[in-house]
Amino acid sequence: MLFLLAAGLTLVFGIMDMINLAHGSLYMLGAFLASTFVALTGSFTAGVLLAIPATALLGMLLEVSVLRTLYQRDHLSQVLATFALILILNEAVRLVWGSDAALPMPAALSGPVQLFPGLRYPAYRLLIIAVGLVIALGLYLLVAKTRIGMLVRAGAANREMALAMGVNIRLLFTLVFGVGAALCAVAGALLGPLFAVQVGMGENILILAFVVIVIGGIGSIRGALVGAILVGMVDTIGRAFLPIFFGLVFQPRVASAAGPAIASVAIYLLMAVILYFRPTGLFPARG
Amino acid sequence: MKKSIALAVLLSILPLALQAADGLFYVSFASRVMIYAIAATSLNLALGYGGMISFGHAAFVGTGAYVAGICIAEGVTSAWIGWPAAIAVSALASLVIGAVCLRTRGVYFIMITLAFAQMMYYLVNSMKAYGGDEGLSLPQRASDLGNEVAFYYVVLLLLLGTVYLLKRLSESRFGRVIVAIRENEARVEALGLPVFRYQLACFVIAGAVAGLAGALLASHGKYVNPNVLHWAQSGTLMIMVILGGVGRLWGGVIGAAVLLGLEHLIAEHPVAWLDALVPNYQQHANLGVGAVLLAIVLFAPQGIAGLFAGKRHAQA
Amino acid sequence: MINRTTLTTLFLAAAVAANGAHAADKLKIGFISTLSGPSAALGVDIRDAFLLAVKTNGGKLGGLPAEVLIGDDQFKPDVGRQLADKYVKLDKVNFLTGMVFSNIMLASVPVAFESKVIYVSPNAAPSPLAGAQCNPYFFVASWPNDAYHEAAGQHATNKGYKSAYLIAPNYQAGKDSLAGFKRFYKGQVVAEVYTQLGQLDYSAELAQVRAAKPAALYIFLPGGMGINFIKQFVASGMSQDIPLIVPGFGSDQDIIRPVGDAMLGLFDTAHWAIDLDNPANKKFVAAFEKEYKRLPSVFAAQGWDTAMLIDSAVRGVGGKVENVEAVRKAMKSAKFDSVRGAFKFNRNQYPIQNYYLRVVAKDAKGRLINKSIGTIFKDHGDAYVQDCKMN
Repeated sequence: MLFLLAAGLTLVFGIMDMINLAHGSLYMLGAFLASTFVALTGSFTAGVLLAIPATALLGMLLEVSVLRTLYQRDHLSQVLATFALILILNEAVRLVWGSDAALPMPAALSGPVQLFPGLRYPAYRLLIIAVGLVIALGLYLLVAKTRIGMLVRAGAANREMALAMGVNIRLLFTLVFGVGAALCAVAGALLGPLFAVQVGMGENILILAFVVIVIGGIGSIRGALVGAILVGMVDTIGRAFLPIFFGLVFQPRVASAAGPAIASVAIYLLMAVILYFRPTGLFPARG
Repeated sequence: MKKSIALAVLLSILPLALQAADGLFYVSFASRVMIYAIAATSLNLALGYGGMISFGHAAFVGTGAYVAGICIAEGVTSAWIGWPAAIAVSALASLVIGAVCLRTRGVYFIMITLAFAQMMYYLVNSMKAYGGDEGLSLPQRASDLGNEVAFYYVVLLLLLGTVYLLKRLSESRFGRVIVAIRENEARVEALGLPVFRYQLACFVIAGAVAGLAGALLASHGKYVNPNVLHWAQSGTLMIMVILGGVGRLWGGVIGAAVLLGLEHLIAEHPVAWLDALVPNYQQHANLGVGAVLLAIVLFAPQGIAGLFAGKRHAQA
Repeated sequence: MINRTTLTTLFLAAAVAANGAHAADKLKIGFISTLSGPSAALGVDIRDAFLLAVKTNGGKLGGLPAEVLIGDDQFKPDVGRQLADKYVKLDKVNFLTGMVFSNIMLASVPVAFESKVIYVSPNAAPSPLAGAQCNPYFFVASWPNDAYHEAAGQHATNKGYKSAYLIAPNYQAGKDSLAGFKRFYKGQVVAEVYTQLGQLDYSAELAQVRAAKPAALYIFLPGGMGINFIKQFVASGMSQDIPLIVPGFGSDQDIIRPVGDAMLGLFDTAHWAIDLDNPANKKFVAAFEKEYKRLPSVFAAQGWDTAMLIDSAVRGVGGKVENVEAVRKAMKSAKFDSVRGAFKFNRNQYPIQNYYLRVVAKDAKGRLINKSIGTIFKDHGDAYVQDCKMN
């Protein structure tokens, strides 16, 4: 799921050279929209599927109206403007939906699935993994094998050249942004039942997404995938095993505090180390 | 210069007037605004003049706050020890962090400063001995500055000192080099100047002053809490700088005053017609803040100070 | 430009002065609680019950018209503290109340104590303030933090569970909870895990529980944390193998609403149940349901009792709330009808009361409630009172 967000983010940044802090807000919008649609249609699948184009549409609207003016500006202005957008979107969601929304897990998937004798894994999480893989494959095919994908890669590698070659950059940008927003919607809608759907949910995951794309290399989808997997693993392994490891040496309260703390820090350490050796990430799209 | 002196005089008599009007709460509030002004001004140095977009500045404020707070909690209550200690530790932290971060550029710099800020945040959060998530309540202010008016004057003095420091720095050779690096780094490098060292020095000075602001904050509220280090706080400081005027002498001060003042006004004085338009609008104050910020970025990038500066060329 | 800001501040100061000292013919109460975020349901319940109590009394408490200033601490200790600062120093409230979580409360109440403003806690009651740090301006209208957990530990002992796995968030109340459980549980504690406050993803912890295979699992995860844990616990399938025990608020209405039928048969412990048979409780439950169209949780019961306690104290001093010492005495005598039945204060101003065993079941109308099925403790105090030096 982190990959979905990171992929959208890296595309936007790689191609449009724009830092979009409001990306997390699109994720939040996706989750809230999904909760509304699920409530309206009574079906989880329908709700999620409806939320995707809705969020994409909102994202593109945002791009056309506000974000377009920021492409030419310096990074600081982009950071500030999108930060302002976060504030605005957070409050707007609060006005429309309230502080949180309910997104119940579909009953069919609430139970566990017997993977091996003795190993039961929540069915819903299997679904998330499956969806993630399918989308990753789809994105790869789109970017590597289609004409549009080629345009995207060209734009990421060298925008001026692509422009000179006559590519309709404006439309391309809007579409890319729309795709990014759609990816956010999928992530938001799918993660909603697992975590709370609430205002501000975008910020926490946004930092992680940024860490992922910095590690993976700006503009590269493959980098986003590798980065997301690395970050996810470090985070989970850290949270699951470090406390046990510390528990052997320290008292429970110290171990329980130190373990997660160091696990959270571990991700940033990973990023710092990778940046030190590869200042532009593992798979930079630009040379 | 005349405007600055007029302002200084006004600020000096303010607490006496407030005290006479039984407005001690507002004296305390004014102190708080000035402390944030110091922090915002320090960020202005790094961000406005130096062009270093650091999302980790709150970490230095927080470091100063915790050092000062821990000193008091451990019984070392003199401000003459606690505050310089806070400045020193923050300077050290910014030296180390700056040395690593300044090797990167652009978005990588932003991300890595953010990462360090988060690391400090989690580190402090896990320090259960000093409150952890609950924060640390302090028994008193440094050097027993419990008297609101006395504390106010101390902060005022330090604020004026900070602004004066910024003024001298920006007009000095050092300042001009920093601004030049922000404008065109390659050219400065070609001129043979050690870019890295200049930037690092600027970063450290900013970090040290931020530490002072943190120490003052800890004494003011008699409370330190990991939230001071959160990256959202860095964002708030940035908003103050942009609002007030990036790269302008009084930018940090104006930004802090306007932002905190507006926040307080909105919470305290309900406006009836606004409430009819948007019920419970006071709870959604951030919407207004966001909108104003967006407007400034899009239409008035020079901030409030820029609007009033008119035709004067403010940035070298 | 800058002059304008200064002028505005001066103007405000004048406005403040114009308001003058407030007259003592009105009661001002500062109510700070967690009204947003995943655990908002708790603060909202307390607030709703508190306001309903005031309304039922004709907008008055103790005979004085009551103005309740409401603030949202957003689950952040520093926000709570800033609000407390404002209410105490600017609005000059007579009472401060409302907070749900111990960490926010511990950060905020020093402000009240310094200015000799009484804080009445409708929920959080951590052990430090029960023992060595007991404070004359601190009254608890709910129950000592450890109490529910002590009762749960006793229940686990009564049921003969040989091993137990414990989980709580890493803050003062979390510490208190597991300490309380262990005080009365005589079996073997397999593990004691502290999670991050506000954590919503328990996959790592659940994996560890699965590996440990305990006879029972005891969790203290209030609000949104509990909702997510129970959902994930049921999703993992372990709910079929390992009995889950929770303290009463871990299975009350705010959790029943989002989780639903998966909670049937869950045992919990509390000082109050919706079906307690006394006139005050019957009146409260009926009024709450009528006004808000939902069943009250234990938090609502506490909020109601808090308002009634303040009412009794103000009545006891005949409305003369400026004499804080007199108000304290009146409050300590606790002459009011609590919805939980008998109520009296211990030396440290924490309550002495009964604790019941409850089970999640359906009531006559088919709704999920916590039915009381037995008494675990009678007239139970707390373990820290001997450290308190107050008389």
